[in-house]
Amino acid sequence: MDVLKKVPVREQDPKVRAHNFEEVCLGYNEEEAKLEAQRCLKCMNARCIGGCPVNIDIPGFIREIEKGNPEGAYKVLSKYSALPAVCGRVCPQESQCEERCIRGIKGEPVSIGKLERYAADWARENGIKPDNTAERNGKKAAVIGSGPAGLTCAGDLAKMGYDVTIFEALHEPGGVLVYGIPEFRLPKESVVKSEIENVKALGVKIETNVVIGKSVTIDELMEEEGFEAVFIGSGAGLPKFMGIPGENANGVFSANEYLTRNNLMKAFDSSYDTPIAAGHTVAVVGGGNVAMDAARTALRLGAKVYVVYRRSEEELPARVEEVHHAKEEGIIFRFLTNPTEILVDENGWVNGIRCEEMELLEPDASGRRRPVPKKDSEFELPVDTVIMSLGTSPNPLISSTTEGLDINKYNCIIADEETGRTTKEGVFAGGDAVIGAATVILAMGAGKKAAAAIDKYLTDRQEST
Amino acid sequence: MYKILKKEILAPNIYLMDIEAKRVAKSCYPGQFVIVKMDEKGERIPLTICDYDREKGSVTIVFQALGSSTKRMAGYEEGEEFMDFAGPLGNRSELIDEPSTELHEKKILFVAGGVGTAPVYPQVKWMKEQGHEVDCIIGARNKDLIILEEEMKKVAKNVYVATDDGSYGFKGNVNDCIKDLVKTQGKHYDCVIAIGPVIMMKFVCLLTKELKIPTIVSMNPIMVDGTGMCGACRLTVGGKVKFACVDGPEFDGHLVDFDESMKRQQMYKTVEGRAVLKEKEGETHKGGGCGCSDPTDR
Repeated sequence: MDVLKKVPVREQDPKVRAHNFEEVCLGYNEEEAKLEAQRCLKCMNARCIGGCPVNIDIPGFIREIEKGNPEGAYKVLSKYSALPAVCGRVCPQESQCEERCIRGIKGEPVSIGKLERYAADWARENGIKPDNTAERNGKKAAVIGSGPAGLTCAGDLAKMGYDVTIFEALHEPGGVLVYGIPEFRLPKESVVKSEIENVKALGVKIETNVVIGKSVTIDELMEEEGFEAVFIGSGAGLPKFMGIPGENANGVFSANEYLTRNNLMKAFDSSYDTPIAAGHTVAVVGGGNVAMDAARTALRLGAKVYVVYRRSEEELPARVEEVHHAKEEGIIFRFLTNPTEILVDENGWVNGIRCEEMELLEPDASGRRRPVPKKDSEFELPVDTVIMSLGTSPNPLISSTTEGLDINKYNCIIADEETGRTTKEGVFAGGDAVIGAATVILAMGAGKKAAAAIDKYLTDRQEST
Repeated sequence: MYKILKKEILAPNIYLMDIEAKRVAKSCYPGQFVIVKMDEKGERIPLTICDYDREKGSVTIVFQALGSSTKRMAGYEEGEEFMDFAGPLGNRSELIDEPSTELHEKKILFVAGGVGTAPVYPQVKWMKEQGHEVDCIIGARNKDLIILEEEMKKVAKNVYVATDDGSYGFKGNVNDCIKDLVKTQGKHYDCVIAIGPVIMMKFVCLLTKELKIPTIVSMNPIMVDGTGMCGACRLTVGGKVKFACVDGPEFDGHLVDFDESMKRQQMYKTVEGRAVLKEKEGETHKGGGCGCSDPTDR
């Protein structure tokens, strides 16, 4: 074994997986996990821990795997994270824990994400649940949104003894984990559902179909339903469009719509009622992880797929692994390309997308290379479907119905970075609702900090009365 | 789970149900809608609220059994339960927030088309409860498709029924009826609120523009989540893109691009057709080869 290299992880063959929604990555088995665990140097002053937004004791859990004790590894993980099987799959480890790994200086860093996944999957398959022995303190806390921020905050509060209820607007808990991230990256039934069950096992209640700001307001929760503190983890749900001609044509989707139809509503499965006009030739506009998800979903639904991105490959915000997978599966990338108009036929359906070629200027003050159009470079791509994946912003539904809750010009809730404390007494916020669209693990980090801050707030308040 | 407290067939294929949904019943107002998903595999169906009872904790919905999900919904009986019922969504009617004295001076004409009578009803009822008198036209193709006439008569000052074929009431469509009221009978209206099929709302707006009567319409486009997330319900109002679910569902009818909305409604027509076909023929319709069963076939 080459100690400088990661133990390779088994994956579904690209030709096969391009036609199914089964998980791409198959994960480590016991032997592979043990081998990879041996590569960890178990540094005394482990730098990887500082790279993790929830500060998991990484050498601690890896040591247990090496000893052949995945249950012990899971116990370590679940002290820090309510969603280890999710994080092992969707965290950008390459820019967090693994980026700081000492092994990575000379060779490849330890495959921390795949090891986390192994331990979490093993625990699930063997029926191991996190336990909650904390004494109930009788205080009620409300969590709005059941995505990564909300689940983490709720789980932590429950572990401290609080009586926690999560309010979810959709019919299924999980937020972006169920409506956004596709099945082939994050299996819903086996992984997401079971981690949510684990959060429930800590004593957390989840009420679905409750749209905060409409069904009930935050003020009502606090004044009429006895919640002493509220955490807002409502995410960034509003899709952006480009504002170019033809954008309201039939066949133009937001990535949110395309993915929600397919992931949450399971349009790919013909036994479900929700339809999807999948498209024959699809252009996905954007270069983030969501764009990759949309492109690979369209591919699996049978389409030929272009990803149209206005900067070059170097600037792609998506994870390298996702881009690599997308290329392997046959997604065609059109870099330095910017749409200027969506072409529409006489019946109102998309029949093409007009684009211009771009070039990058020297880095500006922000350090980013700004793309500018090349003269007379317009061309048309014949497509019948366009998926706009330009990012999302927070939904103003909650801020507009909650007096005293301030937002910035991007509709993001103003909250203290360390505590999540907002401008409204007793109300905390974190995740995409505060920072705009980011990652699962950053949202979890914010949920964790807010849980600690809520505990401190309620304890201090009790002492002062 | 959300229990069906009452089920009634209002007209062929048109169903009324009272659903037990305490949070929605407590907080909803006329003009808002709910999303119903009757079981695991059902679609999320947006339906404008027809009535509510805050004490009983129930909300009344009216729907037409058209697609696969609404057809299955129609098969549910009293005592059975829908899996999901979310709301209220969208904004309440502007009427609700208008000062009562101003509202009292206003002569309002409600124009209801077909199943659109259901969302008109709570607004008229609300006006009655506040002590304001309004007129209402209920239009449909024929007598059999007129719904909620008796209920409407209890809350509106005048109810005019119009049928295209003249099988009941005024012979002609709702526009003919508006013309008759305004031009022939010399009635004056300060505001029209029109809810019904998009094509009806379009033509009502063309007429009221000519008559210089401000007009509000309620849009019910294709939607998935109903909370602003998917953007499927976008429409153009006064040259700006709006989401019906969070910016509406009610808009200034003289500013709505109805032609665009009608095209967008066609989006899943073929796919819905497929669902019907599948029901009749089972999996075989997916044969492929000729490409005729492709979801994007249009």
